[in-house]
Amino acid sequence: MPDTFWFALEVTLNGLMAGVMYALVALGFVLIFKASGIFNYAQGVLALFAALTLVGIMEGQVPFSHLINAVFGTSLHHIGFKVPALLAILLTAGVMVILAVLVERYILKHLVNQEPIILFMATIGLAYFLEGLGDVMWGADIKTLDVGLPKGISDTIEATTYDLFGYGFFIDKLDIVAALVAALLVTTLTLFSQYSKQGRALRAVADDHQAALSVGISLRFIWVLVWSIAGIVALVAGIMWGSKSGVQFSLSLIALKALPVLMLGGFTSIPGAIVGGLIIGMGEKLFEFFIGPLVGGATENWFAYVLALVFLVFRPQGLFGERIIERV
Amino acid sequence: MLYREAGDFKTSYGADSQTFPIRFDRMRYYAVLALAFGVVPFLINDYWANAVFVPFLIYAIAAIGLNILTGYCGQVSLGTGGFMAVGAYACYKLMTAFPEVSILIHVLLAGGVTAVVGVLFGLPSLRIKGFYLAVATLAAQFFLVWLFNKVPWFYNYSASGQITAPERTIFGIAVTGATTPAWAKYLFCLVLLFVLAWVARNLTRGAIGRKWMAIRDMDIAAEIIGVNPLTTKLSAFAVSSFFIGVAGALFFSVYLGAVEVGEAFGIQKSFLVLFMIIIGGLGSIFGSFAGAAFLVLLPVFLKNVLVGQLGWPTDLAAHIELMIVGGLIILFLIAEPHGLNQLWRVAKEKLRLWPFPH
Repeated sequence: MPDTFWFALEVTLNGLMAGVMYALVALGFVLIFKASGIFNYAQGVLALFAALTLVGIMEGQVPFSHLINAVFGTSLHHIGFKVPALLAILLTAGVMVILAVLVERYILKHLVNQEPIILFMATIGLAYFLEGLGDVMWGADIKTLDVGLPKGISDTIEATTYDLFGYGFFIDKLDIVAALVAALLVTTLTLFSQYSKQGRALRAVADDHQAALSVGISLRFIWVLVWSIAGIVALVAGIMWGSKSGVQFSLSLIALKALPVLMLGGFTSIPGAIVGGLIIGMGEKLFEFFIGPLVGGATENWFAYVLALVFLVFRPQGLFGERIIERV
Repeated sequence: MLYREAGDFKTSYGADSQTFPIRFDRMRYYAVLALAFGVVPFLINDYWANAVFVPFLIYAIAAIGLNILTGYCGQVSLGTGGFMAVGAYACYKLMTAFPEVSILIHVLLAGGVTAVVGVLFGLPSLRIKGFYLAVATLAAQFFLVWLFNKVPWFYNYSASGQITAPERTIFGIAVTGATTPAWAKYLFCLVLLFVLAWVARNLTRGAIGRKWMAIRDMDIAAEIIGVNPLTTKLSAFAVSSFFIGVAGALFFSVYLGAVEVGEAFGIQKSFLVLFMIIIGGLGSIFGSFAGAAFLVLLPVFLKNVLVGQLGWPTDLAAHIELMIVGGLIILFLIAEPHGLNQLWRVAKEKLRLWPFPH
């Protein structure tokens, strides 16, 4: 076998792994869209906010220290002790739940029955707000996040594949962990929505708001629940992305990458988010590998969007989306 | 009392269908024009031109353009930054290729080029709707910015990858380049804005504007009553992109002078213009002005208060500004989903009854 073939295969594998990361962000979108019909642009910023909060808690930073220092002329920065990773993750999850409650109480409650586009714009506003809030709370500098996940190139895989095919595959351990976590997350979410009482209520709301209300399901509770879950999914995505490339503003741009993933998979399908993520991740890496050098590289910036665009022209509802029926 | 509709009688069809049928509106319009053309150019200095007036005028053009597409025709676009970049680069290529032709023609041609590109990226709108279309326009945004970064022909093989506007004159007065007087920049943008806003106003209240609105309100119903979705949607894309292209050309040549595409025309710009039309009011020309003014003035105001008055560090002020902008957008959507334009309408209602509200 020629080396290019193995190299292309390696690129494909790495693309699939990157796709899993996109899918993690896309999952949060799908959850909220299914349950409330809201296209939540803020999902990426939620991930950024979660990662910032996690780092802040782990490092023992004083929240809003920058602002407090500017107003009162003090020089606070750290509490002085570090919080263990697991406890910090739990605390951050708590923060995300509180955030979900606040979002429901101060934004969504007031926007019931508005057009979807208005709700979409509101989440853009929320994204800006959270981005500013995260920076004011924890500072805008690039932070490293280390919760003890394995990192770096896996030597075992390289050695094994070298023995088998005469070509060692470079695969990041973190990507493998991400794939496992994503699989776990999807299984848990599926089990939750299929078998638990709240999960069934959630699906009922997704089916028909008014019918759900009429059988006594509290819409407000379901919304808090679904935003909490989305917040926790965002936390997982934030941990993965933060460990991979540091916690910084560009993290929130990943949300934009998740959009074509969603379009491919269809807005309403959890498996769609995963499959879409894999296709996009693999497609953009392969395109960059084969076509990229011909046109000057950095095609990853736009390939996903163009792929989704072309795809949608032929199948407007995505791969697994519900069929669009239009009536006057 | 102050704002009266009664007693304003029309005696001809022409008078009946004029843009501002109410006398008070007409007078206000003339007063604003007189102020903008007759007073401001004599008082303006470099700070006011660069910080407030020129960006306001340029963003107003872009906001009108996006409002035609999103507000009137209902097609949400997140590609504004990319289309502005097309206008800027088209203008740059034209300026350097034909130095003897007037800059005014270049700016309009740049708008034309952008219109063609806009129609190309608007083609999928015939199949894709709503959010899906919004995401599809992101393809335009990222692809165009990438293209202008990667293909050296667009920036004339300059070493820095930037494009820099050479000096061009109208009637012997520089309007682009480093030595441009503040009032010349201002007047050049103002004249273009005036003409384009006039065109937009008349397009949107004519047959084509009604077709756009029919498509926006319900595309299938519009199709059934005989509105051709192909020509209607694509004409909205063309007109909107023309406006945005002109705005991009001005933004590059008059306002900034030198541009690096990812920085000046990134995705942030798309959102900024979108916010302008949301805060101003979707489907309203006045709203485009109000939104542009609001979002141009807000950062200047906040910066003056937070950094100038309170002495906070600039990065903190920038973050607070993000929070305030985000918060305001949410507040606006909750309190007044139809934007500043609706507030103005309510104010007029109040003025009509004042001082006897019952």
